[in-house]
Amino acid sequence: MSALSDVSTHAMATARWRISEVAFWVLALACAFLFPSRYLIMTDIVRLGLFALSLDLILGYAGIVSLGHAAFFGAGAYSAGLLALHGIINEPVIALVAAGLVAAVLGFLTSFLVIRGVDLTRLMVTLGIALLLEALAERFSDITGGTDGLQGIEMQPILGLFAFDMFGKTGFFYSLIVLFILFLLARRVVHSPFGLSLRAIRNNPLRAAAIGVPVNRRLIAVYTLAAFYAGIAGALFTQTTALASLDVFSFERSADLMLVLVIGGTGYLYGGLIGAVVFKMLQELFQSLTPQYWLFWIGLVLVVIVMVGRARIHRWVLFVPNLIIRQVAGRKAAVAVPEGDAS
Amino acid sequence: MASILTNLFDGVAYGMLLFVLACGLAVTLGLMNFVNLAHGAFAMAGGYICAVLVNNSGWPFFAALPLAFVGSAVIGIALERALYRHLYSRSHLDQVLFSIGLVFMSVAAVDYIMGSSRVFIKLPAALEGQIDLFGVGIGRYRLMIVVICGLLTLALQLILAKTRFGSRLRAAVDDPRAAIGLGINVPQVFAFTFAFGCGLAGLGGALSAEILGLDPYFPLKFMIYFLIVVTVGGSSSITGPFLASLLLGIADVAGKYYVPKMGPFVIYTVMIVILLWRPNGLFGRTAAR
Amino acid sequence: MTIALETRGLEKSFGGLRVTRDLSLRVMQGARHALIGPNGAGKTTVINQLTGVLTPNSGRILLEGHDITDLSVHKRVLRGLSRTFQINQLYADLTPLETIGLAVSERMGRGGDWWRRMGTRDDVNAEIAEILARFHLLDVMTELTSTLPYGKQRLLEIAVAIAAKPRVLLLDEPAAGVPESERHDILAVVAALPRDVTVLLIEHDMDLVFSFADRISVLVNGGLLTEGAPDEVARDPQVRAVYLGEAADA
Repeated sequence: MSALSDVSTHAMATARWRISEVAFWVLALACAFLFPSRYLIMTDIVRLGLFALSLDLILGYAGIVSLGHAAFFGAGAYSAGLLALHGIINEPVIALVAAGLVAAVLGFLTSFLVIRGVDLTRLMVTLGIALLLEALAERFSDITGGTDGLQGIEMQPILGLFAFDMFGKTGFFYSLIVLFILFLLARRVVHSPFGLSLRAIRNNPLRAAAIGVPVNRRLIAVYTLAAFYAGIAGALFTQTTALASLDVFSFERSADLMLVLVIGGTGYLYGGLIGAVVFKMLQELFQSLTPQYWLFWIGLVLVVIVMVGRARIHRWVLFVPNLIIRQVAGRKAAVAVPEGDAS
Repeated sequence: MASILTNLFDGVAYGMLLFVLACGLAVTLGLMNFVNLAHGAFAMAGGYICAVLVNNSGWPFFAALPLAFVGSAVIGIALERALYRHLYSRSHLDQVLFSIGLVFMSVAAVDYIMGSSRVFIKLPAALEGQIDLFGVGIGRYRLMIVVICGLLTLALQLILAKTRFGSRLRAAVDDPRAAIGLGINVPQVFAFTFAFGCGLAGLGGALSAEILGLDPYFPLKFMIYFLIVVTVGGSSSITGPFLASLLLGIADVAGKYYVPKMGPFVIYTVMIVILLWRPNGLFGRTAAR
Repeated sequence: MTIALETRGLEKSFGGLRVTRDLSLRVMQGARHALIGPNGAGKTTVINQLTGVLTPNSGRILLEGHDITDLSVHKRVLRGLSRTFQINQLYADLTPLETIGLAVSERMGRGGDWWRRMGTRDDVNAEIAEILARFHLLDVMTELTSTLPYGKQRLLEIAVAIAAKPRVLLLDEPAAGVPESERHDILAVVAALPRDVTVLLIEHDMDLVFSFADRISVLVNGGLLTEGAPDEVARDPQVRAVYLGEAADA
């Protein structure tokens, strides 16, 4: 029956890899060889991109606005730090997964508070949970090192083979591979029936329920998944910098994250990654101008983005890549345009 | 027993202060469904205006308080006309991003102009120390706060209940669309209310310098308190936020006094319990529709 | 004949206003039942209680003899109670393929599959294709819903509800706002619904009601005014006074 094969072909079409996507990852890998002296900042970008990807899962796909996503980043960071510090799990990859799971459990438990109520309640709850964790980490300073943070973390070689080096080369490739694997998983998830139901919930939760979508269960699931991703990002932070201090939980970190995602655009997975690159470049620029008052410039960027309109900004951000791709591919192939920005 | 009452009084004073700080937010939220996380920045502005007038220009404290109100209100109306009004119809995400941006800018700007350390406002001698009331020690400054904030609350209730503006405001909060249909100029009502709310926040900021501390990070530190007040209290009336503020103030003071090690966690615990029990806040409908 | 959908003493108030008053309805298996009433009679409130969006203050709702009063919205759908929406609540930036895919996936219990791409299960695909074909949507299945002509959107609305394989279908003004030229498609689709699907039609349009329904309940001020076969209801002087009279004026 041709209708049947039509349906299956078209249903799978959205999940097909585009040329622009392949180009993106080739470019990311190429950076590793083009800028060998910049591993540290590139690792920073990769980590931030992963963290923003995590926020995109709940904000871009499920429509949950969070003021405290750093809670899960911090949980992952401290878990990885404590596991390494006390020699509980020495192998970084296993420790990474374990730290992600800790964050996921935290995400699962707090999701029940987050899914209840309206946007305003969610803002309060997400912010409150991050502040609560920060206060807890400060209170139990005998475990967390308090304001000094965890001291003396030493990382063992990855898989027992690749030792972390002082130039950050191992750390960068390690982070990039983790990002790529988790990106593939996220890509699969958003193109699955589960991902489709999330989009339906974001657009109109009441209608989704009337179609038979168990709204709360789906939101709990994606919130837990996003917490896992954020935890992994946090753990990568600790593993590649050998640091974990109270500021992993800070509100500024959650707010920066929103800016990162908003720069790149929500709801198409690449937004966080593109945003991370732009954000770090902006940070370099502004910090060379007035290192102390960097916060002012972040604020200004946020205000300008909103006043100009997010959708318009994305057309600008994506203008150059789209142009190149059109030149190269020679047809109407564009980088995926973020959806739902009009709302 | 006496210490319990003293703490209770401190908690009430703290709560009333929170109410004056946050009630403008509750009304603007109810009226325009606008999530303004930068509300604390207006409070900080009032605090610094008062501090500069008193400490640098030698104004008497009580003369500087009205100026804190007026100054914040003027800043409020300027920003409302220039920026805020373009964002009423935008998504909550946009409003959150925008107001966080404003907070960050205000924090950095105040840090640049005034320095990052905590500012103290010189108080008149009459406000220092405690008085003894039936064996209960009561701080003079806190007594003044209770009196001022209590009078303000009463005045607000009267304005809302008795005046023409109050009835228009209530109608507009109840159902903005119907209010427009009735010929009420909702944007104008909103602009006025916004400015007034900012003024109150500014006054609260000036009063709170002594108790909450005044530094450039004030808007960030107290963002969660404002959010708790409006979510727990709702925004359909000002009674809800008032009771929520008192509850928050008393719980916070009691927590820090009786379980100092767990002090900061008390309010979060209260918040979580309330949300589990009543997801839409303690008092009626919440703001965001 | 068995009862498909039943309410017993349903009550709902907002503030002091009684919007549903002691409403007891019985919709028989396979019936083409219409619920009519003037504006403000409380029809929407009844639908919202039937589907679980609103919780009644008192009274019970039974679907094929099972009490569903306390079930959540999506569980009622899985039990076989599905609805269409009067005003456009379709997903503007999804395609008909995705919208129907969503409903079919959920009904088959595959909606939570996160590990596989859409379109990889033939049993799901076959059912999507069948629904799209039945509602004349195959040719537009990959276009964004927001770009479809209004008539197609109304068809999609009914198709989504049918994709949940309901045993009882609530049709909320299916032809509202549809231009005359496209009305025929809608009416044909509604008339062609299989007889094993019980239909409760909430409608304003009297032509549609009298051509379609075999039983009519009249709702006035939140309570049941009368109930009966179409010709009985049409003759009822009370109905003529409160309802048909008003319709004639309009």
